[in-house]
Amino acid sequence: MVLAALMLVALYYMPFWTISMTAPQYPGGIGMYIHIDNVTGHNRHDLQNINILNHYIGMAEIHKEDFPEFEIMPWVIGIMIGFGILAAITGSYKLVITWLVLMVIIGIGGLIDFYMWGYDYGHNLSPDAPIKVPGMSYQPPLIGCKQLLNINACSWPYTGSIFIGLSMLFAGASAWYRKKQ
Amino acid sequence: MTNNKSKTLRGLFLGAGFIAIAAFIFTGCPSQQRMLDTGDAAQKVYVAPGEHDEYYGFFSGGYSGQLSVWGLPSARLLRVIPVFSQDPETAYGYSEETKPLLETSYGFIPWDDSHHPHISQTNGDADGRWIFINANNTPRIARIDLTTFQTREILEIPNTGGNHASSFVTSNTEYVIGGTRFSIPYEEDLDVPIDSYSDAFRGALSFIAVDQQSGRMELDFQIIVPPYNYDLGRAGKGPSSDWVFFTTYNTEEAHTMLEINASRNDKDFIAAVNWRKAAELVRDGHGRTMPGEFYHNYYAGKQGYAVNDVKNGVTVLDTREIDEDFIYYLPTPKSPHGVDIDPTGEYIVGGGKLATVIPVHSFSRMLEAIENGAIIERIDGIPVLDYDSTIIGEVENPGLGPLHTEFDGQGYAYTSVYISSEIVKWSLETFEVVDRIDAYYSIGHLLITAGDNVNPEPRYMVGLTKTAKDRYLPTGPKQNHPAQLYDISGGRMQLLKDFPTIGEPHYAQAIRADKIVNQVAQIYEMEENDHPHAIRRIADNRVERDGNVVRIFMGSTRSHFRPDNIEGIRVGDTVYIHLTNFEQEWDVVHGIAIKGANNTELLVAPGETKTIKWEPKRTGIYPFYCTAFCSALHQEMQGYIRVSAADSDVQLTWRTGTN
Repeated sequence: MVLAALMLVALYYMPFWTISMTAPQYPGGIGMYIHIDNVTGHNRHDLQNINILNHYIGMAEIHKEDFPEFEIMPWVIGIMIGFGILAAITGSYKLVITWLVLMVIIGIGGLIDFYMWGYDYGHNLSPDAPIKVPGMSYQPPLIGCKQLLNINACSWPYTGSIFIGLSMLFAGASAWYRKKQ
Repeated sequence: MTNNKSKTLRGLFLGAGFIAIAAFIFTGCPSQQRMLDTGDAAQKVYVAPGEHDEYYGFFSGGYSGQLSVWGLPSARLLRVIPVFSQDPETAYGYSEETKPLLETSYGFIPWDDSHHPHISQTNGDADGRWIFINANNTPRIARIDLTTFQTREILEIPNTGGNHASSFVTSNTEYVIGGTRFSIPYEEDLDVPIDSYSDAFRGALSFIAVDQQSGRMELDFQIIVPPYNYDLGRAGKGPSSDWVFFTTYNTEEAHTMLEINASRNDKDFIAAVNWRKAAELVRDGHGRTMPGEFYHNYYAGKQGYAVNDVKNGVTVLDTREIDEDFIYYLPTPKSPHGVDIDPTGEYIVGGGKLATVIPVHSFSRMLEAIENGAIIERIDGIPVLDYDSTIIGEVENPGLGPLHTEFDGQGYAYTSVYISSEIVKWSLETFEVVDRIDAYYSIGHLLITAGDNVNPEPRYMVGLTKTAKDRYLPTGPKQNHPAQLYDISGGRMQLLKDFPTIGEPHYAQAIRADKIVNQVAQIYEMEENDHPHAIRRIADNRVERDGNVVRIFMGSTRSHFRPDNIEGIRVGDTVYIHLTNFEQEWDVVHGIAIKGANNTELLVAPGETKTIKWEPKRTGIYPFYCTAFCSALHQEMQGYIRVSAADSDVQLTWRTGTN
């Protein structure tokens, strides 16, 4: 269970989600990484370039400061690490199960939040947008790929999510082991 | 009567026979037209769409003054880098940032003649940090950075007339060399009769030190030598890397009708200069400082305006004043043009353009001759070595007019031959011609991939030829100069491709692309933009007036300028538009052009700031627009500037956004 808790430390060092986009004029692709406390470009200036592209369809600019989640998430993960260690020390089966349930809730909550943001960016478009395609919205896929005008956008879990998965796997194993005892 | 007639006939036959034999002796066996069968040749030069070439080729522009960049073997033109001539397309030499680069002690010069590009070297191999190129007419050397492919520095060379023996580097780019093609009075502005040539005129060989971090050049010293024409130069390699070699012609010291008067001597000289020893002599105080104004132009920071650093003196070594020997003359037939050093550094090949053989000197024999004192005379203190003591071979039947030689690293040399319009391949072991192939037509320089390096790559050869005649669809009385690409990877030379070039390429070099591609910049980092008139954030756009000088600090991003409506400019104002391109995406370029401006447009790369000067002479509304098709709404990327009368009281205002 200690291992499960410590796996989450990785999230402070690597992104857990990626949105990558390809288009004819972007042979090398362009994209974003989502960290628990930041959003960055695949390459140094990708975010700026995505914002430039998005302004043609009237999408709001993406700035780290606009997401209160980036303030909260490091704390949430921190608490989960602490809680996990506590569960490990006490060796309580119940605590481990509670930890797992909380992780699932956080995960689902996170996905819902991500969907809401995507919906907001994709639908809440400026009426002054130079490019307006009737009936078109630009919500990125929650998971998987989607063609948005000339851009093929793909949204997938990234390296940090492997550690989340491992963490939950270890916690599950720990619970199973404790129950057996 | 009959007798006389038969004598005349016999004379005619003899004469014709003699001419035929002479032609054979001079030109050797006729060259062969040889090409791979068409399919194979096409396959060898085919680089599929989206694929990259194996080599960068850097071709001098000759009288265009520029440097063109080619992909080889496809012979696709990648870019033309402006160096010594104004280029309205890129605003080079028109923008306020680049105008200082073309300043000289004679004032602003919009043009020159660029001949010999040379890539910086490490241990005798091209390293791809910088490429140097000479200006022949008003002597200068430019340094081009191979991360941005941009001319960063131009150094004027004083006391020189026609900087032709340039801009070759030593094995570790310690020095770039320059040499005077015309001897002139050393004191540059000296007003003397031309027929005082032998007394008043001198040659100057220049040694320009290169800072290994920044690449910044500095004229370290010049050597004053007898008044001959110093034609080409090359640094030694390996054992000879402390030496540079210059060819001379006009040892006759003619100052008129050189085609006759400078072609009399059977032998002229290759000057072998021990540059390391010369540099030590300078450090030990054997030089003296001579006056001589020259300009040193460079960018002090990453961006901004090039600066003019005006120098007023140069350290010279005069062979007449120094007892120690550091320069030797090797007699060489006849008006030699090129001097090229084989990859081992042992063979010094002269291209005797009027000679019937290609003379090859041996570096180790030269050192022995110096050791043994095989000196036949001294000219102004310079020892002339005995021809037989330095020569190691004479290549027979090289064709007529051998000029330049490159090497394949497999024991063979390839010499361009102008008059008989061919390339001859000969063995460095037997000094015999083993193959020859036609050039179309009248070849000057040639290049082999890495062919002047310690480690040549025996892949391709390019012949740079002087006349196209019937080779391509005709384009009038003046046509572009051709180049031919040959495959030299097999035993025999094979013609692959024949293509027109830019300007008149003299020398050219090819470097393996993987030595350069990874260092090439895609943008100028906005964070590193140190231009004094850049704006850091596009919101900082503004217009400032100081008397009659108006500065417009403008930003561009897809797809608008900020500001795009400006009022309050007056006739008589000098307006500077400082345009910063805020893009940070590769190849997204914005431009600006203003109606009626007596100037060129600007093209501004991502993250770059450039300035154009505009002096409006008429009142009215001046449209301006982005000249580069930057985005879907490029055609919307435009604005207006209102110009009022000189005494108008229209307020200076600027805005963007709300109609």
